[in-house]
Amino acid sequence: MEITGAEIFVRCLEDEGVDCLFGYPGGAVLHIYDALYRQDKVKHFLVRHEQAATHAADGYARATGKPGVVLVTSGPGATNAVTGIATAHLDSIPLVVFTGQVPTSLIGNDAFQEVDSVGITRPCVKHNFLVKDIKDLATTIKKAFYVATTGRPGPVVVDIPKDVTAQRAEYHYPAEVSLRSYNPVVKGHIGQIRRAVKLMAQAKRPMLYTGGGVVLDNASEELTELTRLLNFPITETLMGLGAYPATDKQFVGMLGMHGTYEANLGMHNCDVLVAIGARFDDRVTGNIEKFCPTAKIIHIDIDPASISKNVKVDVPIVGSVRAVLKDMLKLVRGSSFKTDEAALAEWWKQIEEWRSMDCLKYDSSGPVIKPQMVVEKLYQVTNGEAFVTSDVGQHQMWAAQYYKFDQPRRWINSGGLGTMGFGMPAAMGVQLAYPDATVACITGEGSIQMNIQELSTLKQYGLPIKVITLNNGYLGMVRQWQEFFYDKRYAMSYMESLPDFVKLAESYGHAGIRVEKPSDVEGALKEAMSVRDRVVFMDFITDKEENVYPMIPAGAGQNEMILV
Amino acid sequence: MENEAGALSRVAGLFSARGYNIESLTVAPTIDPSLSRMTLVTSGTEQIIEQITKQLNKLVDIVRLQDMTEGEHLERELMLVKLRVSNHQEREEVKRFADIFRGRIIDVSDLSYTLELTGSSSKLDAFVGNLGNIQVMELVRSGVIGIARGDKILNL
Repeated sequence: MEITGAEIFVRCLEDEGVDCLFGYPGGAVLHIYDALYRQDKVKHFLVRHEQAATHAADGYARATGKPGVVLVTSGPGATNAVTGIATAHLDSIPLVVFTGQVPTSLIGNDAFQEVDSVGITRPCVKHNFLVKDIKDLATTIKKAFYVATTGRPGPVVVDIPKDVTAQRAEYHYPAEVSLRSYNPVVKGHIGQIRRAVKLMAQAKRPMLYTGGGVVLDNASEELTELTRLLNFPITETLMGLGAYPATDKQFVGMLGMHGTYEANLGMHNCDVLVAIGARFDDRVTGNIEKFCPTAKIIHIDIDPASISKNVKVDVPIVGSVRAVLKDMLKLVRGSSFKTDEAALAEWWKQIEEWRSMDCLKYDSSGPVIKPQMVVEKLYQVTNGEAFVTSDVGQHQMWAAQYYKFDQPRRWINSGGLGTMGFGMPAAMGVQLAYPDATVACITGEGSIQMNIQELSTLKQYGLPIKVITLNNGYLGMVRQWQEFFYDKRYAMSYMESLPDFVKLAESYGHAGIRVEKPSDVEGALKEAMSVRDRVVFMDFITDKEENVYPMIPAGAGQNEMILV
Repeated sequence: MENEAGALSRVAGLFSARGYNIESLTVAPTIDPSLSRMTLVTSGTEQIIEQITKQLNKLVDIVRLQDMTEGEHLERELMLVKLRVSNHQEREEVKRFADIFRGRIIDVSDLSYTLELTGSSSKLDAFVGNLGNIQVMELVRSGVIGIARGDKILNL
């Protein structure tokens, strides 16, 4: 039986196991919305702005490991989605974004709500498709999910002209699909893995440096076992937090621009660096000339293009992190493998000395709320088990530094693109995936206003996320850089005319709490966490000019940290 | 690469987005109409060439990639050039040049000769550099295409 393109679209999602779809209707996707209306298997969540649809799908994907799915209309629907697509692209998050398009007969005519969506998104997707023929629709959708979720994951855009959704064809969803030009590697080269393990056995001052790739590949268990067997110190990137339990003594904290003293000095002084699913981002390496000057570098990554891109490595291993770690574990468990225990003991002594600097300590005795303290209290009140999303800026760094993630997929933030406005929509996606979990969005009064309209979506679907606003009245990270590098000329970093967030939240039907005294922080958080039927918007009035420390200024080496 | 709309712009976009240099680029369908073959000439340090190779391989539309300069290979470029020839002496001179460089005159008018030349890029450069007083009215070059020497082929 022939069915319409719109019906084929819905059947494809159903057969792909998509249970939720984030989107916003419009002219070019009306046939699809009509088909969605006439079924109940694929649930659609209506956002208030297409950017939020992509972030919500992104949050859903990061928390569950399943691809996030988005449906938007042509023209502005597609362009509004671009920021979210680019966000997912830089963090390698599997998304499939469907954009409506004007009918094929009008493409290129500057038709109403027409943009070249495939052209606009090309540089910020893993791949994209324009479906010109109804006969290709189902196969293209299958390909989109396949490409998005395999290899190094990423967003895929499928642009569907309106007439294609009206045409009729037989429905057949292929069980499998292959592309002759796309064959991601899984297994690592065993010879390279042996070389790496040998180097690790000889190491006197080793460091494990792990990134988002471990989380994406669900390799936490393997990473944890390997790290413990080796007794090496481990540091994680912003994207990698939670892959190894942060409360474990072998974890030396996050590294990079706002990493810990012990992590960055460990990196600077190590003799063997094992990079696992991490990409030597500039926020991690600092000045590339001064990066890990004495280290032999092993790099495990699924993407060959990540290897030796920024830093030349000695032992490259292309493969899925999980598969490679499994192979490494076999070798490390073998009787012939031995680390240099005496050297390791010395190395740990050195690391403990650095750790005793207690670089994250702060003075909370004053009358104003320290932002770090809010995060610490949130950690305590939620027993470290919440899903925490964040926006971008100082609050993001404090969340990463002070919330100790013991599990992967609990820390959800825009690391690569640094997208303000990410946190609240991402939290929506997480809460939808896990309705009973505690989901907190740590944000600032600047970031939250970049997608604050989603308070309405949260109301519509009864998603009880907790918004933790660290309100210092400044675009804090901008202000911090202006303080350090622009002689305190605070150009446009001050937020005037802030709304009354409590009243704003209440106007949407949510609860709002303003907290101004340090002694009220814990109680307010406890109260907020007990509310299960609505959003609690918490406005913490914090120290206005608190800075994020430690800090490696741009262009400096890892051993050139500003501590206080 | 896949002979599909957008494949070329993916390659061109990659080069501009990452700041790589394209010296020339030619693309046309192969014996298998679902595939196109692109020859791209670029330059950079060893590390940049390695990155270009990896990044190109990552593009879903690229089926197979080969760095021609890693082995013995042949390269050819086609040039069509329209030269102003206003008197007998200039006509004779152009004919002589064409002979020396194994070019062919493929069109004539009262004022011009149009020549076809093939060869390596440096041979075409040499031709243009030796024209002396002959005025070039218009010049079009195809960009380089290449193929490996011997039995070696770029197969799927």
